[in-house]
Amino acid sequence: MSDQPSDAMTPGKPAPWNDPKIRAIVFQALLVGAVVMVGFYLINNTLYNMEQRGISTGFSFLEKESGFGVTQSLIEFDETHSYGRTFIVGLLNTILVSVLGIFFATLLGFVMGVARLSRNWLVARVATAYIEIFRNIPLLLQIFFWYFAVGINFPRPKQSYAIGETLFLNNRGLFMPRPVAEDGFGLVIAALVIAIVGVFFMVRWAHRRQDATGQPFHTVWASIGLILGLPAVAFLAAGSPLTWDMPELRGFNFKGGMSVLPELFALTLALTVYTGTFIAETVRAGIQSVSHGQTEAARALGLREAPMLQLIIIPQAMRVIIPPLTSQYLNLTKNSSLAAAIGYPDLVAVFAGTTLNQTGQAVEIIAMTMAVYLTLSLSISMLMNWYNAKMALRER
Amino acid sequence: METKQFERGPDLPPPITEVGVIGWLRRNLFSSWMNTILTVITAYLIWLMIPPLIDWALLDADWNGSSREDCTSDGACWVFVSVRFNQFMYGFYPEAQQWRIDLIYGTLFLLMIPLFLKTFPWKTWLGGFIIFVYPFIAYGFLDGSWFGLEVIETTKWGGLSLTLILAGIGCVAALPLGVVLALGRRATNMPIVKSICVVFIEFWRGVPLITVLFMSSVMLPLFLPEGVTFDKLARALIGITLFQSAYMAEVIRGGLQAIPKGQYEAADALGLGYWKKTGLIILPQALKIVIPGVVNTFIALIKDTTLVLIIGLFELLGMIQNALNDPNWLGFSTEGYAFTALVFWIICFSLSRYSMHIERKLHTGHKR
Repeated sequence: MSDQPSDAMTPGKPAPWNDPKIRAIVFQALLVGAVVMVGFYLINNTLYNMEQRGISTGFSFLEKESGFGVTQSLIEFDETHSYGRTFIVGLLNTILVSVLGIFFATLLGFVMGVARLSRNWLVARVATAYIEIFRNIPLLLQIFFWYFAVGINFPRPKQSYAIGETLFLNNRGLFMPRPVAEDGFGLVIAALVIAIVGVFFMVRWAHRRQDATGQPFHTVWASIGLILGLPAVAFLAAGSPLTWDMPELRGFNFKGGMSVLPELFALTLALTVYTGTFIAETVRAGIQSVSHGQTEAARALGLREAPMLQLIIIPQAMRVIIPPLTSQYLNLTKNSSLAAAIGYPDLVAVFAGTTLNQTGQAVEIIAMTMAVYLTLSLSISMLMNWYNAKMALRER
Repeated sequence: METKQFERGPDLPPPITEVGVIGWLRRNLFSSWMNTILTVITAYLIWLMIPPLIDWALLDADWNGSSREDCTSDGACWVFVSVRFNQFMYGFYPEAQQWRIDLIYGTLFLLMIPLFLKTFPWKTWLGGFIIFVYPFIAYGFLDGSWFGLEVIETTKWGGLSLTLILAGIGCVAALPLGVVLALGRRATNMPIVKSICVVFIEFWRGVPLITVLFMSSVMLPLFLPEGVTFDKLARALIGITLFQSAYMAEVIRGGLQAIPKGQYEAADALGLGYWKKTGLIILPQALKIVIPGVVNTFIALIKDTTLVLIIGLFELLGMIQNALNDPNWLGFSTEGYAFTALVFWIICFSLSRYSMHIERKLHTGHKR
């Protein structure tokens, strides 16, 4: 009997097959091998299948003439343009509807989120009913409803709903006057840019002055005055260089002016109403997350209602609101692809729909479409992460 | 000298404006000028919308009949729904065989009941059976080929039953995949595994479901070797499962992060290896926490299943669209959509209430 501890007691090196580090390496090597093999297998199959079906690979189809028209395009487009251009047209339309949807959904969502917390019983109940009803109904159904049940039943152009002979709503869409810039309008735009730059410097100056002397400065009113006033002065000085192209009823439809397709109208409305419910819940959660002590402390300092909201409540609530708000914006952008179901010419409908059917280049087209959404998703979330980092609590 | 004794008079009742109905109204509706204006405007809007809606949907509506000629009033024509109700529920599944769908859903319902009983001892096994075995039995039974029944191709499946099949199987199949991905994303000692999982999750979360469905219906046949084909439903299910697994993984990751570090350390101290630690200590706790989250993704999936109509599968909304194209029933889209909305709303709303209920139940003891 010796006092030496036996080998089994010492925490020596484990056997190689029991060493976590070696295990991790082996396991990862196996996984990489499996992924590579599956990938190789799939690519091999795809190439073989495409060869069998006589589909050529590569992106050369993008230069070919498309031969189809698109109902709405932000850039010039007709049958003679290439398939590559259909991609741009669809992409721009997707961005258009996403931006419109994000703008209106944010408005609606903030109003409803605040309304749900209102001390007014009726307002709070209405907001709750709106949220609970519309977020539990599939978005596609809502799009169909606004398009097939409401939009199509609008009157024909001759019996349009008209607001003051300038706005017309009928089953061909929404028609409104289009601003036409004439010579000298550049001056107004230049004035606007100068005003914005001026506001930027004024805000910085006001902050510094407040830090140094404690005197506040009414930046909000001064900014509004500068941004509205300077271009207005320039506008009058240049002799009102703006005319309106009015929509006019000619034959069976309106000509001139600016028109919003019924598809775009229905899609924006549905996206707004649906996403608005989620944003409202986000806003409510954000406001509720600010503890009551903050309100009481602000009151104790003698702040009135407006500065209390502006300086104490909103900055703290925004910190909680922004991350989920970002994911709602992302969802809205991705959901805008449902446009394909009602024929609004977005990326999926034009490029992954018509172009895919005409060329049969499934792999390239789906890959490009997915890449677009991935890029949009990643860039929006990067932008929001940056903002979030700026707003985040700086703990000392 | 006479001393006056102070006598307490009876308490005065509170002012009539502060209690009862009037007090409530003053506090909640007319507490300030601003609130009064808001109340009046809101009440006016409600009055504009609700009575005509009730007239249309209930009072003036036509309920009985068999063709559009029976719809004589101004209100809704629910005849459209009642005539096609069978199709909306079962799709094109042959009427003589619809007992199979009833049986499958009835059995599922009966199997679920013990899960809600507190004293039932074999919950884990029953739950495992429902999640991992029952979907295959159901698929084989509805298809018919496994049980020697008449084979009914998946193209004939449809209606609400298909909606629930898509959502149910999608969710159940995504669950194990999601667990694996979530564990992989947290495997800090294996950077390659972690990055593969991150890329997989972020890829599926970054693309819209509709492109996933396009991919599974157009590209999947190209990926497979010659001779191997899946039918449309199976392709849609593969797409939905992959898509859903990424969302599921994120929910489960949230649960894994919520487990305190002490639990990991305690498991290590007991000498448990990775799989035992995960399987016996971490996952049972994490999965319990994430039940509400899983139910929420399930709700989202139920709403998303409507998209399969774009690749030509006739779930509930697809059946409605199909019925609206019937020349005998043109112009009843509002009724069709209202009915579908009601069905989806009942399912999703009750599930979301259930999820909130569980959340409250699981929250005991953690509340600050």
